[in-house]
Amino acid sequence: MTSARIQSLLVSFYIFLFFLFLFAPLMMMGTAAFNDVEFPQVVPWEGFTWRWFPALLEDDLMMEGIRNSIWIGIGVMVVSVPIGLAAAILMTQVHRKFQTIYYTIVVSPVLMPGVILGISTLVFWDRLGTFVNADYDTFFYSGMFLTIIGQSTFISAYTMLIFLARLQRFDRTQEEAALDLGATHVQVFWKVLMPFLRPAIFSAMGLAFLTSFENYNTTVFTIQADSTLTTVLAGKVRMGTQPDLAALAVLIIAVTLVGAIAIEVTRRREQAKAEAAREEALRLEKAADLPLAEQAAQ
Amino acid sequence: MTGFFRRNGIVISTYLLLAVFVWVAIMIVLPQAYMLDFSFRFNLPPGKIGGPEDVYTLKNYRYLLFGRPGDEAMFNVLHLTVFLRTIIASIFVTLINFAICYPIAYYIAQVAKGGQARALILILILPFWVNEILRAFAFRILFGTSGVINAFLQTFGIIDQPIDFIRADIALYAGLSYAYILLMVFPLYNAIESLDHNQVEAARDLGSPWWRIHWRVVMPHAKPGIASGCTLVFMLTAGALAAPQILGGPSSFWFTQIIYRWFNTGGNWPQGAAYAIVLLLACLIFVLTVMRLFKVSLGEIAK
Repeated sequence: MTSARIQSLLVSFYIFLFFLFLFAPLMMMGTAAFNDVEFPQVVPWEGFTWRWFPALLEDDLMMEGIRNSIWIGIGVMVVSVPIGLAAAILMTQVHRKFQTIYYTIVVSPVLMPGVILGISTLVFWDRLGTFVNADYDTFFYSGMFLTIIGQSTFISAYTMLIFLARLQRFDRTQEEAALDLGATHVQVFWKVLMPFLRPAIFSAMGLAFLTSFENYNTTVFTIQADSTLTTVLAGKVRMGTQPDLAALAVLIIAVTLVGAIAIEVTRRREQAKAEAAREEALRLEKAADLPLAEQAAQ
Repeated sequence: MTGFFRRNGIVISTYLLLAVFVWVAIMIVLPQAYMLDFSFRFNLPPGKIGGPEDVYTLKNYRYLLFGRPGDEAMFNVLHLTVFLRTIIASIFVTLINFAICYPIAYYIAQVAKGGQARALILILILPFWVNEILRAFAFRILFGTSGVINAFLQTFGIIDQPIDFIRADIALYAGLSYAYILLMVFPLYNAIESLDHNQVEAARDLGSPWWRIHWRVVMPHAKPGIASGCTLVFMLTAGALAAPQILGGPSSFWFTQIIYRWFNTGGNWPQGAAYAIVLLLACLIFVLTVMRLFKVSLGEIAK
């Protein structure tokens, strides 16, 4: 056996270990979701059961958490996508001199621990509420509102980065052409820039919602008396535990797997289509060239 | 400024400026500034805020260092220990993360073929769609006293009594190392992917052993990625709350848990804000040190 062969075997073994580490916890959880015992465990195996799945639906607290999480996710999308877009457009226009400082400020929320964002949002709005003498049922003290604001603080930076990447490939002459032809700035924005940015808008929306949906560190401070899926889960896990949590995880993994496979399949299909189209074009080109080449040969 | 309005038109200019103003001023700068201000104040009931008793004090920071005034011990040993433990453990977790992720990132970026690389990335992302808390929960099933690892070790007669991995914090460190793998792999992958593979080949042809190729060719090229991955993982680990709450032993705390207590059961927000500022400063110092060490700019880190 050559040393190169040993090395490649070692590499394969390492990759195997890495993915084992990645998936072992989830596989354990997946098994525990079907084990017929009151405590989430894999061994000893007491028999197969589905009963933890219906138990999920009966958990009112968790259902309320999921509802709140969805609303907050939508709120974060509504706040952070327009902000990220504006910040990205401004970044392309801001004067060189200020670019570094501007970039540092708007990226800082990404580099800040989530608990700090939650705390600063909480104390700031609380103080603002006291300052304007707001009642306790106004939005200054609403857990849902504060959570949307707190999460949007850093999620807007994510959406901004997505828009920036797309804007780098934007050809500004299109904008100028539209303006020269008499379009207003608003028309240019909606009819030239927006269609170009559409894929980025969809990815920004998806990312914003998902990031919001699974955020815990910021939420746990801003949510106060309300609850989200993550705060309910954290409470349940800390309390001691029930296998229905494992069942929930299995559901999430299943949905994800289906989604990931669907995305990959459509991507491959499109790629195949594009390749077929290119081959067809090449073939046609060759066919068109052939007589010319023959003529040239003669 | 007039050029800006002429270029974008009144409506779009207003939207751009307003949205960025709301974000930068009301969501980023003012809350941070206010939290700093708040950390220097007494814990007053709402009625007294803004009154004559609402003056600045260093009391909240002094508490972290020395504990309650008139306490016997010189220092607030409990909280300082937790703080140092959090920082040291986070550095440790970051190094482990780098060691685990570097080979994978290199493999996907340089060795694997197109389709295989894409499949590996897809598999890599998959576990991270499951939420942070459920992931920590999975580690409890794995590491608990009646968990899989203990059962395995006992069946094969390696141990007689179950080991309490949670009390020993092994579950916590494993869970934290797991939690932020993606944030290490992707910056590394992006940085290594841009390296021309011919450079690796050239080094090999010239007789360089594999470890020197990595040390002298791949790692210097991937420096921004390494810096970026390490800072992200460090910050997220030091600022983690869910994993320590779920996987931490009953007698050991993470610094964020103390902050959390000041805000909830402790009911002393200014004290909590002061602790949060200390955590933020620690993170800032770490980032600046890494930037200096690796000679990279912030823009390269936050890519």
